[in-house]
Amino acid sequence: MTTEIRKKVLALTGNEAYAYAMKQINPDVVAAYPITPATEIVQIFSKYVADGEVDTEFVPVESEHSAMSACVGASAAGARVMTATASQGLALMHEVLYVASALRLPIVLAEVNRALSAPINIHCDHSDTMGSRDAGWIQIYSENADEAYQSLFIALKIAERANIPAMVTMDGFIVSHGMEPVEILPDEKVRQFLGERKPLYTILDVEHPITIGPLDLTDYFFEHKRGQIEAIKEAKKVIPEVHREYNEFFGKNMPDFFEPYRMEDAEIAVISLGSASGTVREAVDVLREKGEKVGALRMRIFRPFPYEKLREYTGNLKVLSVMDRADSLATIGGPVFNEVRSWLYDLERRPFVMNFVYGLGGRDFFVEDALYIFEKLIKAAKGERPSELIEYVGVRE
Amino acid sequence: MKKVFEIRWHGRGGLGAKTAALLLGEALIQKGKYVQAFPEYGPERRGAPVKSYNRISDTPINVHSGITNPDIVVVLDPSFMSSPDIYQGLDREKGKIIVNSELTPEELREKFKIDGYNMYTVNASGISREILKRNLPNTPMLGAVMRVTGLMDLEDFIEAVGKRLSVKFKPEIVEGNLKAIRRAYEEVKGL
Repeated sequence: MTTEIRKKVLALTGNEAYAYAMKQINPDVVAAYPITPATEIVQIFSKYVADGEVDTEFVPVESEHSAMSACVGASAAGARVMTATASQGLALMHEVLYVASALRLPIVLAEVNRALSAPINIHCDHSDTMGSRDAGWIQIYSENADEAYQSLFIALKIAERANIPAMVTMDGFIVSHGMEPVEILPDEKVRQFLGERKPLYTILDVEHPITIGPLDLTDYFFEHKRGQIEAIKEAKKVIPEVHREYNEFFGKNMPDFFEPYRMEDAEIAVISLGSASGTVREAVDVLREKGEKVGALRMRIFRPFPYEKLREYTGNLKVLSVMDRADSLATIGGPVFNEVRSWLYDLERRPFVMNFVYGLGGRDFFVEDALYIFEKLIKAAKGERPSELIEYVGVRE
Repeated sequence: MKKVFEIRWHGRGGLGAKTAALLLGEALIQKGKYVQAFPEYGPERRGAPVKSYNRISDTPINVHSGITNPDIVVVLDPSFMSSPDIYQGLDREKGKIIVNSELTPEELREKFKIDGYNMYTVNASGISREILKRNLPNTPMLGAVMRVTGLMDLEDFIEAVGKRLSVKFKPEIVEGNLKAIRRAYEEVKGL
């Protein structure tokens, strides 16, 4: 059922948008530790707590490791739990991220992408969340503040239905500190959409005592891990389902795994994540004017990896480029490139796949850079294949 | 007006270049425009040169990269006029520069040997010192931007800024800022 909603648009930075969404979600528990460029999320949210605008039990912990640990405990007790972090903070949570996902706790993390040290840097790249790509969390990459705001609601619903934790990301400073229009959804509608968390088990249910996180050796660990893998497979069905429900309920048009742009008859395409994707679309428009059959594919959900969907878009492509804002530091380019290329391998018709690593440590990415990438792809489509599959764009070499 | 209109603000830490971009952005968003307002982040210290930006459009904005070819440059500290940074990427013919200066555009041209560009000046620091008893040229400069660009109706803009400032400041400070915006709007030279 489509609901009529009077639009309320606020001018918010990405961090303000995250905090606003958290206020509307009104989680039972938020345990967090501030870190640039995600500090404001925690700062603004703690003000909501102090002003009595939320009922949240706010736990100002002494580190991100403790933040995620407190989240795990609270979520196991049946609470709706959120946190926020960036970069080194996420790295410090790393150990506990695996605990949260394996215990099937639907914690939601508002993440701001920032380069991992060293050298020390506060600006955007995706090395932080790419570092936790195998931690069993759902990962949703947002392009702008409005999308990040909406994605927190979607992530929460997916997480609680699939019993898998989810992180939503936005590009540090570019989105987190940039002000943009954000369409605020009515409090009541958000509450209605999210409902209450109904945990399958909780440690506080003394009538039905359970054990969480015991020692699990050679006898059963593998079976439990296998079960988790199956649950993540199930989440791939939950993700489009929740997006459909969200879009119908709020009258929105949020894409799930991918956002395709002028892909219908495209022979050349670029895959990207995050805020650079709009810049790529501008380049697509410029080249379409000149008659080039180019398109753009924004990957919104990277975890679980949407290879089935990916293959729906690549059938007609001659050349595909993957833009990575992180490098695997293993001489094989970026992580998204490696997975995309690998999952096209066994197709009869598959494009030639190249990798462009860009924007590390916040290096700006311009329309001219996107045009440069397309130029290389157009050449490759005509048979002029480059000697190297991986190229670093926007770096002084 | 091209599809996306771009402004670059030049200030020093403490002069309010970031706040100016945010205030302008927020006012225009309330009018239904699509706007980005973002500062350039470096080491944050009082007195250091800082830049901030606005992207303004009637349709959703795709690009999230920095602004390299602004339509307008707003200079909060006139001592920057000898720096090549100010003129970078600005069209010599169509580009506009609005400077916080007690000089006229002609005097400024002569002093800094500026060739080309459309120059406007307003004594924003003077207005601020007189009304607010402090050197906060950012709000009066917004008045000058309104005058030169016609981006918004002045009264609508003043209402929007007043609403925003009221969240944080006492009524007399809000009133002072609005008065300064109005004064600067009227006193822009070079039109």
